[in-house]
Amino acid sequence: MAQVLLNEIEKSYGDVQVVRRLSLQVAAGEFLVLVGASGCGKSTTLRMVAGLESITSGELRIGERVVNDVPPRDRDIAMVFQSYALYPHMTVYDNMAFGLTLRKVPKAEIATRVRHAAAMLGLNALLDRKPAALSGGQRQRVAMGRAVVRQPAVFLFDEPLSNLDAKLRVQMRLEIAKLHKRLQATILYVTHDQVEAMTLADRIAVMHEGVLQQCASPHEIYATPVNTYVATFIGSPAMNLLPVAVTQNASGWQLTGSGLTLQLGPQEHNLPSTLTVGVRPQDWRRAQPDEAIHARLGVEVVEPLGAETNVFGALVDAIAVPIADKTAQQRQESATIWRSDPSDRVRDGDEIALHITRFHLFSADGQRLHVPAESGVPN
Amino acid sequence: MASPPDLNSVAPKGFAAWLPHVLLVPVAVVTLYPVLYVVKLAFSGTAGASSSPSPFPERLDFSAFSQVVATTDSSGNWLFGYQLFNSLAVSAVTTVVGISLACTAAYAFARFDFAGRRAGLLGFLATQMFPGILTLIPLYVLIQKLNLLDSLWGLVLVYSTTTIPFCTWTLKGYFDTLPKEIEESAIVDGATRLQIFLRIILPLSAPAIAVTALFSFMSAWNEFVLAYTFLSKEVAYTMPVMIRGYVGEKDVQWSLFAASSLIVSLPVMALFYALEKHLVGGLTSGGVKG
Ligand SMILES: Nc1ncnc2c1ncn2[C@@H]1O[C@H](COP(=O)(O)OP(=O)(O)OP(=O)(O)O)[C@@H](O)[C@H]1O
Ligand SMILES: [Mg+2]
Repeated sequence: MAQVLLNEIEKSYGDVQVVRRLSLQVAAGEFLVLVGASGCGKSTTLRMVAGLESITSGELRIGERVVNDVPPRDRDIAMVFQSYALYPHMTVYDNMAFGLTLRKVPKAEIATRVRHAAAMLGLNALLDRKPAALSGGQRQRVAMGRAVVRQPAVFLFDEPLSNLDAKLRVQMRLEIAKLHKRLQATILYVTHDQVEAMTLADRIAVMHEGVLQQCASPHEIYATPVNTYVATFIGSPAMNLLPVAVTQNASGWQLTGSGLTLQLGPQEHNLPSTLTVGVRPQDWRRAQPDEAIHARLGVEVVEPLGAETNVFGALVDAIAVPIADKTAQQRQESATIWRSDPSDRVRDGDEIALHITRFHLFSADGQRLHVPAESGVPN
Repeated sequence: MASPPDLNSVAPKGFAAWLPHVLLVPVAVVTLYPVLYVVKLAFSGTAGASSSPSPFPERLDFSAFSQVVATTDSSGNWLFGYQLFNSLAVSAVTTVVGISLACTAAYAFARFDFAGRRAGLLGFLATQMFPGILTLIPLYVLIQKLNLLDSLWGLVLVYSTTTIPFCTWTLKGYFDTLPKEIEESAIVDGATRLQIFLRIILPLSAPAIAVTALFSFMSAWNEFVLAYTFLSKEVAYTMPVMIRGYVGEKDVQWSLFAASSLIVSLPVMALFYALEKHLVGGLTSGGVKG
């Protein structure tokens, strides 16, 4: 168990900068999940920590040691690959034992460790099989077992579950969570799946185009995203972003636009003339008779999911043409999402008065404005 | 990996079903007739065969075989023994030397970026574009200067250098298909380059190595022109040179020629048989997502 410290790490391939000034600390024993869209540099970052990729500039420490120039085998890390990368010609036992054999660990101890890890991962019955004779989930477990037996200071995972089907993914996610609890290991885990990130992480680091956007606890990331990228990346369905114009009036500030009308109380600082209001799909509801109406939603599509119903539509003021005349393209653009309760019994073509219970404010360039949310929701 | 569609599931009917046979049967006949004819000659004994065009043996007479095997020279040396040993030794050593060098070279070409990589690969390819006979005279001069005429080492040297380019290309092509992650995973597991090469790459490449080894062995085993040029003593002959001896300018002993040809084919057939399981199917399945 050791901490990992990335200090202003950069990675370029020729002129292409893939990771920019990335500073990140994974505390000892912490489960840190690195998320971001495809191509944002997650794997590259992980591979730099593993030593499979050179570091263009910056400093990487594992424990107290600077390891920029330390070869992978001396970094005391283990890595689980997306493609499992098992040794096809070796049995499950030999796959797990390989790293220990190379390190000249005594045979008896290898056997103990492999059997212990196999028991933990439910692989006991498979030790004599070759990878070709295993299912995807079993291969994934072997890949994890291979990392576990090494007892490394840091575990690195690169999208370990993305090749599994949905059900198995949920199951393996739980196993990884259990594994972390049991081993109390330092884990740096890469994924583009926000559910994995939210459920596994002690802290989540969101990356976008090689730049770290925010690194915080799952709750904090969800509750106070620092910018519109993080706001829409985390949370499903994604947060609605509604550009508004800002005017000052007697009772404070009024935000109007995109079909939205919101009244804010007096603020400490002046607000810019345009803002983006972020509303999560579950943060509005059908306005009760005594509640202010913040927007009206013209319902276009209703998706019942059982426990909740996702309602897609356009805010009425934002509709210049009648819904029926809109092209698919326009509908896409105006898609506003409301997660309603099945008891709301929403149907296509309804026009629903919505009341916002909670919202986020972002400047025109997407940065979060720290406006106390409670004071904000007027009536 | 998606399994290929089952080609038998939609069997063609009518003419389409017959067309392959119409084409393949004549080809099979043309291919097999000479081979069968050699078999017939070999079993006809030293007395020789009738001139009938039938390719099937008329009798089972082993006298041609025993005469080939029993051949001695004027000083009583058991020529067949010498020549068999020469052929086996030259082919085996050629294969071992050639494959060891080709494997390591191919791995370097497949995995490392170094100055001259492209030029090296293209150079290897270029050597394959000229007919081998072109190098006969320069090679003769070289071998003579090295004092290796009539020596098995001379042949080994020439044979392995001529097969290395082809073997290197073949093996590089195979190494290129091995997933990089398997090696990276070994790197993280603590393996050095050499350990990865010996314990991961080589075992995984067994099928490709078997094929190239077979190629090396066969080209050395069957090679005639260079051996005929470099070897002048009968005890130094390899088998193809020996076979050629039976169809001399004065007397042509077809049955001995045929019998010795069959004997020479046996080891190659045995090798094919032994390596069959490697020649079919790969070994990498299951290592990375399938
Ligand atoms: N060898 C390379 N040369 C040039 N560019 C590269 C190289 N390797 C990766 N890249 C680029 O670096 C960027 C980040 O790649 P990386 O593999 O880290 O993405 P990722 O976040 O892991 O994406 P994914 O979720 O698809 O795995 C990509 O835009 C990719 O095209
Ligand atoms: Mg990746």
